[in-house]
Amino acid sequence: MSVPLLAVENIGRRFGGFVALEGVTASFEPNKVTAIIGPNGAGKSTFFNVLSGVLAPSSGSIRFKGSDITGTPQHRFAHLGIARSYQITNIFPELSVHENVRVAAQAFRSRYDIWRNRASMTELDEKADAALAAVGLTSRRVATAKFLAHGQQRALEIAIALVADPELLLLDEPTAGMGPEETKDMVALLERLAAGRTILLVEHKMKMILGLSDRILVLHHGRLIADGSPQHIQTDPEVRRVYLGQNHGYA
Amino acid sequence: MTASDSSVAAVMAGPAGHRGWRARLTAWRVPLSILTLCLLPWVLPSQALAVNVLIYGLVAVGYNLLFGYTGLLSFGHAAFFGAGAYVTGIAIGKFGLPWYAAVALGVVAGSALAFVIGLLSIRTRGIYFSMVTLALSQLVYYVALQASSLTGGENGLRGFTIARIDLFGWTVDFLDPLKKYYVLMVFAAAALWLVSRILNSPFGAVIEAIRENETRARACGYDVERSKLIAFTLSGLICALAGTFSALHLAIVPLDILHYQTSGMIVMMTLLGGAGSFFGPFVGALAFLLMEDVVSLWTSHWQIVVGSVFILFVLFLPKGIWGTALAWRAGR
Repeated sequence: MSVPLLAVENIGRRFGGFVALEGVTASFEPNKVTAIIGPNGAGKSTFFNVLSGVLAPSSGSIRFKGSDITGTPQHRFAHLGIARSYQITNIFPELSVHENVRVAAQAFRSRYDIWRNRASMTELDEKADAALAAVGLTSRRVATAKFLAHGQQRALEIAIALVADPELLLLDEPTAGMGPEETKDMVALLERLAAGRTILLVEHKMKMILGLSDRILVLHHGRLIADGSPQHIQTDPEVRRVYLGQNHGYA
Repeated sequence: MTASDSSVAAVMAGPAGHRGWRARLTAWRVPLSILTLCLLPWVLPSQALAVNVLIYGLVAVGYNLLFGYTGLLSFGHAAFFGAGAYVTGIAIGKFGLPWYAAVALGVVAGSALAFVIGLLSIRTRGIYFSMVTLALSQLVYYVALQASSLTGGENGLRGFTIARIDLFGWTVDFLDPLKKYYVLMVFAAAALWLVSRILNSPFGAVIEAIRENETRARACGYDVERSKLIAFTLSGLICALAGTFSALHLAIVPLDILHYQTSGMIVMMTLLGGAGSFFGPFVGALAFLLMEDVVSLWTSHWQIVVGSVFILFVLFLPKGIWGTALAWRAGR
């Protein structure tokens, strides 16, 4: 078996006396979609924040493409090839849709140049337009981002992550707050993106996860209690007890 | 051309009119600003007022780079304005340096101070950032107060009058207010060009992104702290340049230039004119100084009136005079 794209070993994270994450070990192969599920407070967001460098783990290590990246500052993660979206929409509200994606693309070309004219960097416009086309936002190109509909803002956030051409895409509840119609669009988008990409996503909508993911991890009280294919997870008695059992009709 | 190409072109053209108008104004903002400032001494009631608008407008431009474009509310910019003024005055008065060397030294010293204060304050956020910058600038104030052998302490720094200036082979009578104005104008024009260049640069896009959403900017791969520190230092540089103007213009440096009231005045001017607009800071400086001039004719408590106007602006016209005018023109 080849080197996994991402491997976490014995990851733990404490906030004072509270243990949010403990002893999580998992590795992720390229070109697979993995979903992370668990009841509220299970540690999903903490796990995601550790994987994207927002939080340093209190213990354990993270390896990306074979090298140890534990404790790397968050702003380096995008340059390593790890991009993420947030549970609460996280865009540049006053910039145009195009500028939102363009400034994300610029991070890989120029970060401190105070001299050049940024308009001359036309290759960034092409990259931004390609990412917008990929998420179906070309028609909203000049709109101010804050005026987009909720579902379009979520798509824009994915375009911002996508323009980095990441090897690992972390999506924190991409359908949060969406109605059925918008969810359907987002699932279609994710299915398109899944081809040839490694995606980790946190989700609550069980039906969507089962159709989309190759593998599911289940967190409960900060611990990994199950790890396997969707079929395996559906029949796992422990998962049924802690997750489905306490939320009748949730799925 | 495919169907999708033509739809992109249609979208790029935008809602007819005002985007093009804004883009043209932005492209010409430096020459238009310089032209307006050149006319100022002929329009305003006094040339002294024009010089003050130039000096305080430039401080506000420097402050706007940090506040309006990067989104950091510093309450300590008097420190860089004052450092520029004091170092220029001391270099001329105590060390007998030529004026241009003193100006260069003042700018370097003010930028260096901005770098150090930035380094100490940039990791704090929101109100804590404002308070740390306020405290550090007050520290500078008390240093200037105590080091009276160098700074003149409470009495301010005196005894460095500039009577003549040699500029590119010309000798200019610096006691003539109009000539003085245009000499300072040359440097102000260069500073405006520099600020415009920064705003148009890739770094200009980075600070806007940080203002809009720091978390997202970091996730995009930008070192937010380092970028803020650069913006803070550049902002201090422009303010220090304005400080050297103040020293050359007044031929004294009052201790009050370092006081937090000066920092507050810089914030007020920037907000009155329009934070985040290129020419707004000059409009704000003009509005503030005009109000001070007019209101102080009939009451010595002019701050009450100016303060009330400021509060009304914050509540009802948060984009300031210039920002509101631009928005109104664009919205028609």
